[in-house]
Amino acid sequence: MYLAGEAWSPNQWITRQFLVLRMPAPIRLRELIRTIRTARTQAEEREMIQKECAAIRSSFREEDNTYRCRNVAKLLYMHMLGYPAHFGQLECLKLIASQKFTDKRIGYLGAMLLLDERQDVHLLMTNCIKNDLNHSTQYVQGLALCTLGCMGSSEMCRDLAGEVEKLLKTSNSYLRKKAALCAVHVIRKVPELMEMFLPATKNLLNEKNHGVLHTSVVLLTEMCERSPDMLAHFRKLVPQLVRILKNLIMSGYSPEHDVSGISDPFLQVRILRLLRILGRNDDDSSEAMNDILAQVATNTETSKNVGNAILYETVLTIMDIKSESGLRVLAINILGRFLLNNDKNIRYVALTSLLKTVQTDHNAVQRHRSTIVDCLKDLDVSIKRRAMELSFALVNGNNIRGMMKELLYFLDSCEPEFKADCASGIFLAAEKYAPSKRWHIDTIMRVLTTAGSYVRDDAVPNLIQLITNSVEMHAYTVQRLYKAILGDYSQQPLVQVAAWCIGEYGDLLVSGQCEEEEPIQVTEDEVLDILESVLISNMSTSVTRGYALTAIMKLSTRFTCTVNRIKKVVSIYGSSIDVELQQRAVEYNALFKKYDHMRSALLERMPVMEKVTTNGPTEIVQTNGETDPTPLETKPPPSGPQPTSQANDLLDLLGGNDITPVIPTAPTSKPASAGGELLDLLGDINLTGIPSITAYSKNGLKIEFTFERSNTNPSVTVITIQASNSTELDMTDFVFQAAVPKTFQLQLLSPSSSIVPAFNTGTITQVIKVLNPQKQQLRMRIKLTYNHKGSAMQDLAEVNNFPPQSWQ
Amino acid sequence: AWRAKKIQAILVFNNHGKPRLVRFYQRFPEEIQQQIVRETFHLVLKRDDNICNFLEGGSLIGGSDYKLIYRHYATLYFVFCVDSSESELGILDLIQVFVETLDKCFENVCELDLIFHMDKVHYILQEVVMGGMVLETNMNEIVAQIEAQNRLEKSEGGLSAAPARAVSAVKNINLPEMPRNINIGDLNIKVPNLSQFV
Repeated sequence: MYLAGEAWSPNQWITRQFLVLRMPAPIRLRELIRTIRTARTQAEEREMIQKECAAIRSSFREEDNTYRCRNVAKLLYMHMLGYPAHFGQLECLKLIASQKFTDKRIGYLGAMLLLDERQDVHLLMTNCIKNDLNHSTQYVQGLALCTLGCMGSSEMCRDLAGEVEKLLKTSNSYLRKKAALCAVHVIRKVPELMEMFLPATKNLLNEKNHGVLHTSVVLLTEMCERSPDMLAHFRKLVPQLVRILKNLIMSGYSPEHDVSGISDPFLQVRILRLLRILGRNDDDSSEAMNDILAQVATNTETSKNVGNAILYETVLTIMDIKSESGLRVLAINILGRFLLNNDKNIRYVALTSLLKTVQTDHNAVQRHRSTIVDCLKDLDVSIKRRAMELSFALVNGNNIRGMMKELLYFLDSCEPEFKADCASGIFLAAEKYAPSKRWHIDTIMRVLTTAGSYVRDDAVPNLIQLITNSVEMHAYTVQRLYKAILGDYSQQPLVQVAAWCIGEYGDLLVSGQCEEEEPIQVTEDEVLDILESVLISNMSTSVTRGYALTAIMKLSTRFTCTVNRIKKVVSIYGSSIDVELQQRAVEYNALFKKYDHMRSALLERMPVMEKVTTNGPTEIVQTNGETDPTPLETKPPPSGPQPTSQANDLLDLLGGNDITPVIPTAPTSKPASAGGELLDLLGDINLTGIPSITAYSKNGLKIEFTFERSNTNPSVTVITIQASNSTELDMTDFVFQAAVPKTFQLQLLSPSSSIVPAFNTGTITQVIKVLNPQKQQLRMRIKLTYNHKGSAMQDLAEVNNFPPQSWQ
Repeated sequence: AWRAKKIQAILVFNNHGKPRLVRFYQRFPEEIQQQIVRETFHLVLKRDDNICNFLEGGSLIGGSDYKLIYRHYATLYFVFCVDSSESELGILDLIQVFVETLDKCFENVCELDLIFHMDKVHYILQEVVMGGMVLETNMNEIVAQIEAQNRLEKSEGGLSAAPARAVSAVKNINLPEMPRNINIGDLNIKVPNLSQFV
């Protein structure tokens, strides 16, 4: 019937027309929508859609122009609901090629929704778009610009950039504004073409039409962000931009662009952003915009959201350019006022900005600390999170006690999703700023007991290390931990730390030696009771059970009356189905039986561990000592094994399944790397009276060296440096580096922290070990880097005043 | 993956998550697009009314690098997914402008208008946001431009008019006058009965 390629006879034509008319016309879009909405189930809907798709497909096959646009419209609707519509892609192209505006409109929309540069088909559009960019009807030109600006591929952009550039110079504001945004897309796709748009930008800001102004500023912004040359070139526009902004503010009531009484806030915000980019790092530009920024900051009406949007943008600009300090303080105060605003969006946005500025304008933000801390009690989860992050950023040596009270209260009452981060943050802050060891331990205890199950796993070994190193607090700590788990042993991190401590310091516990508080009376059996309960409890994880079993074992050397009980417990677990537990129990059993002579040595008290700095979620602390390679001859401190492995060293010593005789090594844990002969100094230190020296004293920073010589190895000198700060501001990110002449060897251990608190309220200590086999005169060059009063400081110095006893 | 700075997507869905307008300015595969709509709906649904209108993007759309800024009007959520290139407070105002424009174009717009005129809503949006960037914020300007284009469409007959003309053309055929047989030269055509089409 349908003979393609041959002329149809009149017979065939007439028959065809009748057949076409006989087929039901494709239903209208609104019919389809109505039908689909009657579907009661997903399956019903799918069936209707499939039916309609089939009808549409045959209609497409008919090559009928009349129904095409209606069919594509329906296809787009079904596409939005999630059904495949790719078979309509070619049809969209046919519609674009049509002469009718209606067809083009839906065709271009379909192209934008269904096509992208991954399909070769889209290239067929290029010619149509080219023609339409030159169409006599501006709305057709508009469609072409819009489509090109949305999805034009690089090839298309290359081909058509010239047309876009032409339209950028037209006086038709409807087209000009679209051309500007289209140009942005072209530049993003083909950055080399940016130059060709430069001439057209000359007059863009002279426009009166706000739409054109707006998109022009977007275009200028894009160009400035992409190319430093363009940025420099456009700096000369600052006066003009300032003028436009001024006119907007002063122009009085202009109903067309008015939003809640403010003249075109969108344009104001856009201009403020461009000013920010132009003023950054440039004194002249920053100066030129100082006045207008101050004006906007003080005159903007803040009762509605639009005013606040402008004010907010102004604040960001002030903070980013080289503004004078008065303006900066004004900006931060505006942010502070925002924090008190009833509108939660404003509060949220203010907290976000304060978080960004807290590093650079720390003191100014500190002034709003109490308001920020109040935000911790806000109902809005997003605001609480921001307030928490900001609070941690504001903690310092001066406010630690007060802040910690608030933060602990927050930890108590906040939503579970915050607890882990908050706990980690508290640990970090406590580590850096703890005013006393007792306070530190108390804070840890508080966290463990209130949010014990949310504490991160890596916190446990860190805490154990901390406790180990607070030698004088052992009795107090173990007592408090014991009391804490007595009632409730479900919080795993708490139980793990407690079990470890009880295993280590159980002797202190039963002997009632606590000085810090009233010592409790507890018997060895009671202690074993609690540990056994942990072992048995369903709530205890495998890891926790491991801790408990090891603790029980350790107590065999610390307790006197209950060794038999311990032996019994250990032997029971030799047949535990938990493989970990079983292995331990079997090994401990062996320790009782075959290696009893080694038991006390193996289970000795743990020594003070070398400090391994932690990396918390708020990324405050950088692992110190692992500095970039410098020309100085420094050796980085050993990346020590994590305290977990130190705690488990005892287990490692007992080896695998076959129990071979183990040579008792000293209970010190060797750091993983670094020169071997410099170790094992503990217990060998000779604390003779070597005079200490002031190695460096400048700008309020003082560094003192104290010396210790090793008895066993006369070539080794251990220097402990103490850095103190007498100025009124903390020195942060403090890094100490040292270099020695070639005949020496140097080992730098991790420092105690990276902040030297102001007013000599604390010090950073760091240990240096020097190997001097040739007994030459000790000389050292030191390099200090730190941040102080908002700027980065650096200094080099030579230390030549070493006392002879330190090296002879 | 590097993405150009712009509005990533504009989504409108109702209180049950049914999409009413879906416009992506960043290329995502089709299945992912649907998943993003669903994920966004679930994220936004969890929000209380007294909470701020900003939340972090869902994992499919880019996570914390992107923000979802939304407004809830009666039965509809209007969600803009943006990156740092836009001012959050500014976007809130933009959503208001868009909705007020819809209101002007549809005269007291309601969900049904969006349902039955999805294409028109797209055209209106196109005059506000182009290629993920803000094009025009003056409501009157936008409405004027839309009305001009609608008039242009109407003058051509619109989406539904063309076939309607064809049908009415058939209806106007005075069928009883049609010959039962057409004999032209050696052509012999039997004319079928068309009464069922009238």
